Amino acid sequence: MSSSRQIAVTINGTVYEREVEARKLLIHFIRDDVDLTGSHIGCDTGNCGACSVIVDGTLVKSCMMLAVQADGSSIETVEGLANGDELPVLQQAFSDHHALQCGYCTPGMLMSATALLRMNPKPSEDEIKKGLQGNICRCTGYWNIFEAVSAAAERMSE
Amino acid sequence: MLLREVEYAKPTSVAQALAILSENDGARALAGGQTMINVMKARAASPDALVDLAALEGLKGIELAGDGTLSIGPMTTYTDLVVSAEAKARPILGEVCAQIADVQVRNRGTIGGNLCSNDPTNHLPPLMVSIGAQMTIAGQGGERVVTADEFFLGVYLTAVGPGELLTKITIPAGKRDAFAAVTLGVDGTCIASAAASVNGSLRIALGCVDATPVLLQPASADEGAVREAVRAAGIDPPADVHASSEYRMHLVEVLAVRAARQASERN
Ligand SMILES: Cc1cc2nc3c(=O)[nH]c(=O)nc-3n(C[C@H](O)[C@H](O)[C@H](O)COP(=O)(O)OP(=O)(O)OC[C@H]3O[C@@H](n4cnc5c(N)ncnc54)[C@H](O)[C@@H]3O)c2cc1C
Ligand code: FES
Ligand code: FES
Repeated sequence: MSSSRQIAVTINGTVYEREVEARKLLIHFIRDDVDLTGSHIGCDTGNCGACSVIVDGTLVKSCMMLAVQADGSSIETVEGLANGDELPVLQQAFSDHHALQCGYCTPGMLMSATALLRMNPKPSEDEIKKGLQGNICRCTGYWNIFEAVSAAAERMSE
Repeated sequence: MLLREVEYAKPTSVAQALAILSENDGARALAGGQTMINVMKARAASPDALVDLAALEGLKGIELAGDGTLSIGPMTTYTDLVVSAEAKARPILGEVCAQIADVQVRNRGTIGGNLCSNDPTNHLPPLMVSIGAQMTIAGQGGERVVTADEFFLGVYLTAVGPGELLTKITIPAGKRDAFAAVTLGVDGTCIASAAASVNGSLRIALGCVDATPVLLQPASADEGAVREAVRAAGIDPPADVHASSEYRMHLVEVLAVRAARQASERN
């Protein structure tokens, strides 16, 4: 038993080996230790989803997990979605459909939508709503977000 | 948020986990963390050490026996229960787990954590009482099995004592079950809930109205009999910002009738 631990995690393809305190939340490891500040902290209570990342293929809220629990895993954050300067289909659809205003929730929305579309490439409107249930947006009223995800699903299946 | 300093261990066997838990008074099990980490943030509890159960393969998975009995490892997540072919043997399990919170919470939260936290608003405690689940509890001295009726002892309190772990949930065969709840938004926290099961006789367990699920065994699923049973149970529900005691009492009576009817109409 110890209060800190050496961990190795892969984030967006890069391996990071760090000594972390057991009390450190995964979101702080990602933002503060690795300096990937795309993932946000909204509520810090597991309610808003702004901190959503994909750990070993599974969508999680990174404020509800300790960094030590992620040891050995492969993590995807919003920074990993784009390849180079070109926006991938989902992000382009968010832009086209005005699916963001302040943008605070957007990284989490994008990760939840990414996880949804991988599992269910042609979601119905209800399935999109259920897929994004863990993500709160205080600006858009959600409709444009649903439209963006639906349009992205259509484009990706072309 | 910065948590209070905490020690961390990730044992690789149940025996090792039990040893660490019994040697350290301030040590607590860590399952999916979807309650524990918030509790630590709020400083509602500040364990000295966390014993991460994630590497204990023996605490995962769902087994279906020939007679339809399900054995579920406590580290099985809600998502596992929703997608599992075996768990479909008792359809209500996946149906209720699909209503808990959201994708992210369902991906991390476990059946064992839900039962051991015994938050009176949680979905699974009343469900386990209604379907007659049995819990296996292990300590360094050995194992014992308790019924769901005996498992929940108080708010955040269960039969799992210091130095012990919930190691298995056993669920008998059956299909005629239902769960009815009034929640804070779709798939939100329960304001009042009722789980009903017709398996031979009718069992109804009410949630959110007392420290532990309230078991009712009315003679029939008729509306009159169920209402009578709820009224005779001597419940005095707590009041909070979501519902007064009277309103919660009203809700739980309606929900009990609804769950009993839905369970008895199923085949
Ligand atoms: C935003 C949000 C919304 C939620 N909404 C709901 C809801 O609507 N309904 C609902 O039911 N739940 C809800 N929850 C709670 C969620 O379901 C939790 O996952 C669950 O209560 C605890 O499970 P866990 O695996 O995360 O356990 P943890 O948080 O890791 O542990 C909870 C407690 O159980 C103990 N424990 C865990 N496993 C064992 C074991 N095998 N043996 C002994 N002790 C053990 C731990 O020591 C701890 O005290 C919500 C959570 C969040 C963050
Ligand atoms: S910051 Fe993690 S859910 Fe809100
Ligand atoms: S765009 Fe502002 S919170 Fe969603």
